[in-house]
Amino acid sequence: MLTLEEVLVRQGAFEIAADFSVKSGARVALIGPSGAGKSTVLSVIAGFIAPVRGRLTMSGADVTGAAPGARPLSILFQDSNLFPHLTVFQNVALGIRPNLKLSAEEQARTMAALENVGLAGFEDRKPAALSGGQQSRAALARVLLRDTPLLLLDEPFSALGPALKVEMLDLVQSIAAENGTTLLMVTHDPEDALRICESAILVADGRAHAPVPTAGLLDNPPDSLRDYLGK
Amino acid sequence: MADRFQPINWITVSGGAVVLLLTCLSFGTLGAVAWRAEAVSNLGPQEWSAVRFTLWQAFLSSLFSVVLAIPVARAFARRQFWGRQALITLLGAPFILPVIVAVLGLIAVFGRTGLVSQFIGLFGFEPVQIYGLHGVVLAHVFFNLPLATRLILQGWLDVPGERFRLAQSLNFGTGDMFRHLEWPMLRRVVPGAFMVIFLICTTSFAVALALGGGPKSTTIELAIYQAFKFDFDLSKAALLALLQFAICGALALISLWISVPGGQGAGLDRVTPRQDGSVWLDGLWIGLAAAFLLVPLAMITARGVGGLTELPGSIWGAALRSVLVATASALLTVALVLPLALLAQSLKAGGRLVEAVGYVSIAASPLVMGTGLFILTFAWIDPVSLALPVTMLVNAAMSLPFALRAVMPGLAQVEADYGRLASSLRMSGWARLRWLVLPRMRRPLAFGAALAGALSMGDLGVIALFANPENQTLPLALYQLMGAYRMEGAFGAALLLLTLSLAMFWLIDRGGRRDVDA
Repeated sequence: MLTLEEVLVRQGAFEIAADFSVKSGARVALIGPSGAGKSTVLSVIAGFIAPVRGRLTMSGADVTGAAPGARPLSILFQDSNLFPHLTVFQNVALGIRPNLKLSAEEQARTMAALENVGLAGFEDRKPAALSGGQQSRAALARVLLRDTPLLLLDEPFSALGPALKVEMLDLVQSIAAENGTTLLMVTHDPEDALRICESAILVADGRAHAPVPTAGLLDNPPDSLRDYLGK
Repeated sequence: MADRFQPINWITVSGGAVVLLLTCLSFGTLGAVAWRAEAVSNLGPQEWSAVRFTLWQAFLSSLFSVVLAIPVARAFARRQFWGRQALITLLGAPFILPVIVAVLGLIAVFGRTGLVSQFIGLFGFEPVQIYGLHGVVLAHVFFNLPLATRLILQGWLDVPGERFRLAQSLNFGTGDMFRHLEWPMLRRVVPGAFMVIFLICTTSFAVALALGGGPKSTTIELAIYQAFKFDFDLSKAALLALLQFAICGALALISLWISVPGGQGAGLDRVTPRQDGSVWLDGLWIGLAAAFLLVPLAMITARGVGGLTELPGSIWGAALRSVLVATASALLTVALVLPLALLAQSLKAGGRLVEAVGYVSIAASPLVMGTGLFILTFAWIDPVSLALPVTMLVNAAMSLPFALRAVMPGLAQVEADYGRLASSLRMSGWARLRWLVLPRMRRPLAFGAALAGALSMGDLGVIALFANPENQTLPLALYQLMGAYRMEGAFGAALLLLTLSLAMFWLIDRGGRRDVDA
């Protein structure tokens, strides 16, 4: 579904190489020491950073030079996933209509997505009037509505408490399973990876390695990961 | 980072149009004035004396402003007291104060019959004179001492409080503190503050018009006015304007090299707790600075209330015209600054250059701008009907640098915070402007518009050239009342103008703050 062919990224003196593919419908974690470039890899896939070399394909189409909005994916950032000046409804509806000119059918679909994540009745509120968990749900409602084949998560739940984070991960898992979405998720917590990702990509030593089964990687980590995990 | 993927066509077109308009306003009008000049006149001794006076008064004004601001800023930095925040806010007020109002207030305090003259008269001294070099410098210090204080106070508060704590734990005296902590900061901040004020005072017109004049105290801008008004010598005016561009350009280059402090006023409410220095001395400095700012304004208010009944009937028409011109000028400033800022933001290499075009009008002469516009259009349009629109346009161009200064950091922040999210949602063009940029830029845009409105309301520039009872503005009417020695009426008009300017600023700025989500 997603392939990075001999991709090389350069950010000043920092370089990272990636050459791997992810199968359709797979749920993959990106694990590695902090500063290794996990978020950078995600930014390249999302189109915010152009690689200096290599090719990127999604569902067979070359997207190497495509604008972020033209790629068949949704992304949730660490923060600022909602516009504070727009209502929850507008924030979610932006996922299908960037100009917010919605048909009656699109309005109904937006409401349905809100209902699906348990935010029915919150559509007219501004994000500031929501709890942290509700804000995450609103962002996930937009992911649900967009229904893109690929979902990228750049630790969007790291500010939530442990129980709430697990709740959100489970919601992500059920959304991904329902729509057959391919999931790529940056995490610094091995527990998160084990919980919903059957495979994991190790990002370390200037390289994003090919995905391997999560449990195997964590049970028998290479040196670069062992120091980080503290095992 | 994501900008490269944005379709920038509409930004290029609208921003490019603004760049073109501003270039025409600054240089095209100068060209028009030079083109219409009938004979080439050389700059004589009078003009060179104006250049010398301009530089000398600007030097003295910035020197006094900066030197006096240092103890005042230090007092603010290390003392916490009731009303401190209000006083610091007040330090921002002279910027939006109509120049002619402040001049009248200063005359009421330092003039021949002012408070100071009356007081020393009790001891048999001669009354003081305010007209001439020292009057011009006095007025410039009145406007720029607060600015310098804010800039230097910012420098003081940028020194981490931990360093002062460490210094106190090492038992540093005031001298040690100065040598190790304050002197390095001042060396970094003061030259920039000095340059900013020097630049502002170089292009001063209204102060020189009201308090200067005569062959010995004429600024370049005032000489341009006289060249138009009394000699109708277009080539002399154009030459003087070129000279002013050259001087300001040189000053701008020096400023770039010196690095000018930001002074956006963030976090000025902090105090670094310290035990050194004399509380009484600090109190004296703050008291003197506050009195210097407040007494002239209090005089305007006190004498203005009585003067309201002395106002000629024509004043209300002038006030209405001023409100209309200021409102239109504020709107136009927003319409100019937004495309310009968006274009500067979207370009990588040329962005700084586009931004620079927005700052050029600081060096331009509004009088040349206005005259150039008349020359270019008078064949088709009746000049009298054009006086107010030209004033509005020139005012907007002159306010643009300040509005741009308010808008650019905000725009960069919006891109940094939400640019990636918007790009990932395919928000571009109008949708991005409508649903991201405009709502998030409301505060800085409104602040820029409020500045433009207040500046335009108090402007005594282009309109002075085309004085005509039918298109008089309030500042001009006030200036003419002063010229006719109708002082009670002048104080009444000044109070009216002061109130309208502050109200204009407050209303627009508040409009941008209401219901804004964090």
